[in-house]
Amino acid sequence: MNRYPLWKYILILASLLFGMLYALPNFFGEAPAVQVSPAKSTLKVEPALLEQVESALKAENIAIDGLFLDDKGIKVRFATPDAQIKAKDALTERLGKDYVVALNLVSRSPEWLHNIGALPMYLGLDLRGGVHFLLQVDMKGAVDKAVERYVGDLRTTMRESRIPYLGVVREGQSVQVKFRNNADKAKAETEIRKNYPDLLLKESSDGESSILIASLDVPAQKRIQEFALKQNMQTLHNRVNELGVAEPIIQQQGMDRIVVQLPGVQDTAKAKEILGRTATLEIRMVDDEKSVPATLDAAAKGQVPFGDEYYVDRDGRPLLIKKSVVLTGDYITDAGPGLDQQSGGSVVHVTLDGRGARIFKQVTRENVGKRMAILLVEKGQAEVITAPVIQEEIGGGRVQISGMANVQEATDVSLLLRAGALAAPMDIIEERTVGPSMGEENIYRGVHSTLWGFAAISVMMILYYMVFGTISVFALGANLLLLVAILSLLQATLTLPGLAAIALTLGMAIDANVLINERIREELRNGSSPQASIHAGYDRAFGTILDSNITTMIAGLALFMFGTGPVKGFAVVHVLGIMTSMFTAVVVSRAVVNLVYGYRRKINKLAIG
Amino acid sequence: MELFRIKKDIPFMSYGRLTTSISLITFLLSVFFLAHRGLALGVDFTGGTVMEISYPQAADIGKIRSAIDGVGLKDATVQNFGTSRDVLIRLPIKEGLSTAQLSEQVIGVLRQDNAGVELHRVEFVGPQVGQELYENGALAMLLVCFGIMAYLAMRFEWRFALAAVIANMHDVVIILGFFAFFQWEFNLTVLAAVLAVLGYSVNESVVVFDRVRENFRKMRKASVAEVIDNAITRTMSRTIITHAMTQTVVCSMLFFGGEVLHNFALALTIGILFGIYSSVLVASPIVMWLGVSREDLVKPEKKETADALP
Repeated sequence: MNRYPLWKYILILASLLFGMLYALPNFFGEAPAVQVSPAKSTLKVEPALLEQVESALKAENIAIDGLFLDDKGIKVRFATPDAQIKAKDALTERLGKDYVVALNLVSRSPEWLHNIGALPMYLGLDLRGGVHFLLQVDMKGAVDKAVERYVGDLRTTMRESRIPYLGVVREGQSVQVKFRNNADKAKAETEIRKNYPDLLLKESSDGESSILIASLDVPAQKRIQEFALKQNMQTLHNRVNELGVAEPIIQQQGMDRIVVQLPGVQDTAKAKEILGRTATLEIRMVDDEKSVPATLDAAAKGQVPFGDEYYVDRDGRPLLIKKSVVLTGDYITDAGPGLDQQSGGSVVHVTLDGRGARIFKQVTRENVGKRMAILLVEKGQAEVITAPVIQEEIGGGRVQISGMANVQEATDVSLLLRAGALAAPMDIIEERTVGPSMGEENIYRGVHSTLWGFAAISVMMILYYMVFGTISVFALGANLLLLVAILSLLQATLTLPGLAAIALTLGMAIDANVLINERIREELRNGSSPQASIHAGYDRAFGTILDSNITTMIAGLALFMFGTGPVKGFAVVHVLGIMTSMFTAVVVSRAVVNLVYGYRRKINKLAIG
Repeated sequence: MELFRIKKDIPFMSYGRLTTSISLITFLLSVFFLAHRGLALGVDFTGGTVMEISYPQAADIGKIRSAIDGVGLKDATVQNFGTSRDVLIRLPIKEGLSTAQLSEQVIGVLRQDNAGVELHRVEFVGPQVGQELYENGALAMLLVCFGIMAYLAMRFEWRFALAAVIANMHDVVIILGFFAFFQWEFNLTVLAAVLAVLGYSVNESVVVFDRVRENFRKMRKASVAEVIDNAITRTMSRTIITHAMTQTVVCSMLFFGGEVLHNFALALTIGILFGIYSSVLVASPIVMWLGVSREDLVKPEKKETADALP
């Protein structure tokens, strides 16, 4: 009665072999590596790049330990961290801006394991060090910005279709256009309806003038917000690429949040600064007509003329700058630091896209002799970098911004501009940084908790239940093996609470074997034969084991659904551990018991303590 | 080796009044401390910044404190943890201050003072995130309770489900009570431990209930109290061995797990200890008082599913 059919033994053996194979990569440790990946999504990883990397390293006499190509990029493994650093510098120089060269760690496991998809467990940030940010996108800000753009667009439309108007202003999330009479308003209404189907128009008047209130309809608002989130993510991608991180994660979370994870980043201050900066460039006209000393003095005291804003430039000169924005950073395709040929001062060279170049050309043509201000807007705070006089029409979309304090600033500003503008302001609402040494320490702690716990349980079980205890320990070991294998195969993120969950799962999984062994003892005590006792022990205990595991599973699933970060890591391992323990504690241990006792004719006594 | 060979059934049910009053007192005390002192919620829930730094030599807490005061962060708490070289700094949320830059500012000041200071860990949680994590935690706990109740009601009977959940909630409240009394920090990892205890301690009740059901079938002539007494006595050995095993692992975490897992392991320890007590000495009397009877569990027409082979 205590014999399994052959296929069951084979199945168990196969699953154990599978467990061993996929758990294996975890024991090889990690080697320093350099990862090369394309900076733009349009660039493909090609075998040609592989040769390029290889020859670059050969030229520098750096020994390669292994070279891997996958769809994300190329990983080059080195024997020493020293070679790794040297290789990174060499490759950064060779490959230029199109590729991100970052330090990384790769498994030391042999290639055939890599080829069958056996990878080590994917360690979370708390185990390998790095930064985790949760960014909240200001959705209202995105709509505000869009409405601000409409102010300029409507003004242009009025001018182009020669409709006389009194003014265009933003009121909250709507635009008010004022007209002298209703005829102008009606004309404008048809024109706006034709050009801007997204706008909802409402009529109103304040006694003297007729007003048209334009606001965005709901689908348009939603579209703008979705677009803003997408663009911000893209911008973050660009910025992270500038940082050179090996395996960054940038994901949308919920409606208005973005998760950024940068494993292995040491300089968190730099990362935070580059990610958190919401700087964008704005080009606006200086209101030269009103810039007389009297008005400027009044403005300094807070009486700013309508439609203008008061700023002080870097040299302390007061400026009245029009509120309407000529150009924003959205139109910038490239930016780089440079030196002015005449003055020798630091400048930023900006290249505009087609539309931006057209607008810029038109504005400079219409405003020769007037001043144009270039503002850097950061977190709602605008700073006038420079306000030069327009000497002539500037075409071709190449603009030089002077007024940089030094080369470093020029580099920083151009990095910010190149990395793109954010469509909406963002705030870091959660940050978790773990230093690399701390990560290693956490691994050590988690692994030691598990191993010592396992050792202690083994000793106790074997002492208490003898042969059956040994079999239970074997089953528990199989559980650990399978759990590690499944975690490696799924590449689920393993965190420190996840490691704790492995330990805890062992402590809880042993319950099933204790139940079985106790039951067998009880049956023996009641006078059943050894074979019948084994059979009844496993049978009777199974219902209880099932019930108790399902209730534990309910708790695990709830944790998984509602948990974030560390809790989720705990839940994943916990739930998987329950499943593997059901298999090992009941099926695997039974198979061993069957092999040991099931084929004997006569058993006088069971070694169950 | 066999440590727990109990010949006669222990009349647990006749102690029912005593054991449940002990529980009730602990429970009420826990509720009192929870209400009176409240939980020392970690940054995960309150929002704020925690920094873990270490110095090459023993750290001068006073000097660190005054350095941080100098930046204008008067509400910061600075304390040692683990060794004298490791320092934990907590900065509460401040209105209108860019919190993301706060930690940089602090470490900048400290570096000026001592270049050897090393930043181990920074956690910053914004106020809205903290609130959400808190709500999600509560929601998860509710979901676990309802899920377990529904399952037990289906597998056993509503009286068992209710008793198990009451016993479980009692464990959870006592864990929280301990955390409130000692003002141990309650963070996300501890919450995970509490929820794990919910799942774990209900195991205990399930094992006993399973035996109760089996006994109702076998012990045709025994009274309800006798049936339950026998079930508890006969699962006693398993209860103690299993919990000893789990506690061994938890102890291993307590010794080797370091700061992060310390409170996690503490919560589990309390959960395991009270889990044994409550599932045996709280859940069972409640089931009895709710008036469980043989007819509720032993239905002649229904065949027992638990006898299915593994």
